[in-house]
Amino acid sequence: MINTQRSASGSSQSPRSPSSQPYLSVSVTDPVKLGNGVQAYISYRVITKTNFPEYQGPEKIVIRRYSDFVWLRDRLFEKYKGIFIPPLPEKSAVEKFRFSAEFIEMRRQGLDLFVNRIASHPELQQSEDLKTFLQADEETMERLRSQDTGYFKKKPADLMQIFKDVQSKVSDVVLGKEKPVEESNPEYEKLKHYIFELENHLAEAQKHAYRLVKRHRELGESLSDFGKAAKLLGACEGDALGKAFSELGMKSEALSVKLQREAHQLLMNFEEPLKDYVRAVQSIKATIAERANAFRQQCELAETMKLKEINLDKLMLTRSDKVGEAEIEYKELKAESEDSTRRFETIVRLMNEEIVRFQEQKTLDMGIAFHNFSKGQARLASSIADAWRTLLPKLEACSSS
Amino acid sequence: MMGSDNQVFEEAHVYASREEMENLVLDDDNSSSKSFSNYRSATSLSPPILVTPADSDPLLAPPPYRDLRNPNAPDNNGNNQSYIEPPSYADVIFRPFDETNPAVNEINGVESSNQFVDSPHSSTSPVSSTSSDYIKITVSNPQKEQEMSNSLVPGGNTYVTYLITTRTNIPEFNGSEFSVRRRFRDVVTLADRLAESYRGFFIPPRPDKNVVESQVMQKQEFVEQRRVALEKYLRRLAAHLVIRKSDEFKLFLQVQGKLPLPTSTDMASRMLDGAVKLPKQLFGESTALVAPQEVGQPAKGGRDLLRLFKELKQSVSNDWGGSKPPVIEEDKEFLENKERMSDLELQLSNASQQAEALVKAQQDMGETMGELGLAFIKLTKFENEEALYNSQRARAADMKNVATAAVKASRFYRELNAQTVKHLDTLHEYLGLMLAVRSAFTDRSSALLTVQTLLSELSSLQMRAEKLEAASSKIFGGDKSRIRKIEELKETIRVTEDAKSVAINEYERIKENNRTELERLDKERRADFLNMLKGFVVNQVGYAEKIANVWAKVAEETSGYANENS
Repeated sequence: MINTQRSASGSSQSPRSPSSQPYLSVSVTDPVKLGNGVQAYISYRVITKTNFPEYQGPEKIVIRRYSDFVWLRDRLFEKYKGIFIPPLPEKSAVEKFRFSAEFIEMRRQGLDLFVNRIASHPELQQSEDLKTFLQADEETMERLRSQDTGYFKKKPADLMQIFKDVQSKVSDVVLGKEKPVEESNPEYEKLKHYIFELENHLAEAQKHAYRLVKRHRELGESLSDFGKAAKLLGACEGDALGKAFSELGMKSEALSVKLQREAHQLLMNFEEPLKDYVRAVQSIKATIAERANAFRQQCELAETMKLKEINLDKLMLTRSDKVGEAEIEYKELKAESEDSTRRFETIVRLMNEEIVRFQEQKTLDMGIAFHNFSKGQARLASSIADAWRTLLPKLEACSSS
Repeated sequence: MMGSDNQVFEEAHVYASREEMENLVLDDDNSSSKSFSNYRSATSLSPPILVTPADSDPLLAPPPYRDLRNPNAPDNNGNNQSYIEPPSYADVIFRPFDETNPAVNEINGVESSNQFVDSPHSSTSPVSSTSSDYIKITVSNPQKEQEMSNSLVPGGNTYVTYLITTRTNIPEFNGSEFSVRRRFRDVVTLADRLAESYRGFFIPPRPDKNVVESQVMQKQEFVEQRRVALEKYLRRLAAHLVIRKSDEFKLFLQVQGKLPLPTSTDMASRMLDGAVKLPKQLFGESTALVAPQEVGQPAKGGRDLLRLFKELKQSVSNDWGGSKPPVIEEDKEFLENKERMSDLELQLSNASQQAEALVKAQQDMGETMGELGLAFIKLTKFENEEALYNSQRARAADMKNVATAAVKASRFYRELNAQTVKHLDTLHEYLGLMLAVRSAFTDRSSALLTVQTLLSELSSLQMRAEKLEAASSKIFGGDKSRIRKIEELKETIRVTEDAKSVAINEYERIKENNRTELERLDKERRADFLNMLKGFVVNQVGYAEKIANVWAKVAEETSGYANENS
């Protein structure tokens, strides 16, 4: 459970007073490998604690797998256009690491974050699909999952194309090319530009963060090897000097362990949050694409409606008997067009709210990540200093003997 | 958290390269140290230090350092007034080699250690604690010169000469400062002549000829590489208390113009001469004996191919253990030492390799940390420029703190590494010296082989003489021809006896050289290794403290985000 994901919108976690404050808290735990060979997958335990009346409370446990989470994400994306749907950890992984403890733990963490963010979002937490996800039995879930013919059954390549379209539209506007079906909202343009640039910067930072993890591992390994070599050299030298080498070697090996540990911490508490940040930005890009679609649709319908109106007027003038039909069509089209406009305006409104939340949330998330990062580094450096420092009086003793 | 000074950005601009980062002026940092792009180049030119620990120990020397954190810091003699606060090394500059200038230790923690290498005060010759001898050698100013018409190539060969400058107060040199020009071939000659004159000594190995590299590398780079190697070599020779006073060394350093030492090509032609003599020797026309004066040199390098064959025969018979050789290497202590040196060489090689890997890992850590810092600086700038919300500005401020810390930490890693290279270089130095040890032991073996060969020759000559005498005594009145042969044989025996004495003396001499050198090596190596360990550890402690401080500050600044999760 991630307490920090609680926004101020009423879902606090206080199981001590269940009746007072409404709460919905979820945890994703206990990854278990099921199945064999190529079919093998990981299942997770999803524990829901809530006092929401629609839910079977106070506690319910279900078993879910990754594709169930994907189903939830896709449903939410379809239904809640304009809201930045929380990102999922990546689908595929290099085969070798798919079942490594580290990867599984990172994924579990990511999934836990995902569900909790949904549960603490004022709108998303109301979702029926969320309730299904958290409460339905496994067979129902499996049925729903396989039925899914949603928008995002598309292959990643298709998604990429959508993003590319949005991106090219951004650049087209920036370049001043005329594209008829685009918003000409300078503030929104700025936002789009910001989002695309942000992704680039973040991706770079994340890349270096990942490398830093590797460096910690490498330094740990070389300290271990160096320590072993020092011990062997000490055995050869013998006497006080030999002892000194021996002590140095042991210290070196001990520090190697500390470095490996810090590497893991770094991965979980610094690199992952950065990756998460990148994913969140990508999710925003998907929303941007949705907005573009909605805008286009609205424009097209408005165009079509105008044409129909002109046609209707024409028909009315000629007193044609097609007028009745045309009137009905026109009315239907008008309703559709109004719907579409409403949808588009909802998206705009939601996005404006979401962007504020997003910025605030990210400042919080990164603040924590930075704090953990710097604390970890300080602790590591400190313990390195302490470890080596204890060696000094021993070295002094060696040289005076 | 919000909108603090933007000093970083005035200078930060767009940082794409490391050089720009190096010049990045950070908040409370008052020196933009030009750090090392190549840790290899930070490998200093200092020879193995032969001083006793007392002179070089930074913990005992009285550099003024103040512990900014704890005014009650223990004094420098290690007398901890309080065991609660350990001494802080974060404020000390780590230069355990800088024994001649302890007062130069600076308080500013971000001192570039380039100064150490270029400083005119840094002693490049080990000063033994008893004498005040001083010798400093510099190799510089490579120049192309033309070889005279000697060569087969029309137009002449070009070669490079280096200016070799010596400053010394050692009386055996006449003068206190002098320069000569030498080419690499001269150095080879010097090395060869020293090897002959100082058999049994641990003579530092000379730089390789690097024939392949000289063809493949850029000329300038190769010449510079060679210059550095030559300087290192000459300084090592100067560090050896016996060799520095040798004639060969003195001639090399002082005599202008052509180097007055027989060259190695001369030796090669001697081999040819020997080949010419061989047929005569085999047919018994010229003397087959070894002149005593030649016994002082190993057979391999000399003119006498016949001697070579004899000694080869002897060594074979030694190996097969046919007859018990009269002089066996029964010095158990020597055999133990040989074993020990062999083991030491193995471990040194291993340790040396791992040290290199460690240095690389530290280097990489520093680089990646720096790149991370740069990426965050760019992000900070970006967020600030595009900020619509205060949350963005807050985040930008947090990022700036992290970025600044990362860049500082990166610098510290690189400085740490430069120092580590210098300390662990001692391992490389001694590994190089093991070659010299092996070669000195080989001198001893070949001297022993010479003795053994002569002894067995002597015994076979004597047997022949006995046989002849027995045979001639049977003939009444004597056998004129046999008597003559006996006389000749007795003469040969006398000469061989002399040669044997010389050979034995030579062998004993080399044995003694081995022994004293081994003692010296053990003593110096122990001191140097202890210094190395201390230097290495002090270094690690100091920089780890600095890095810890840098990050502690950021942790403090972001502590507002800490919650029950931590």
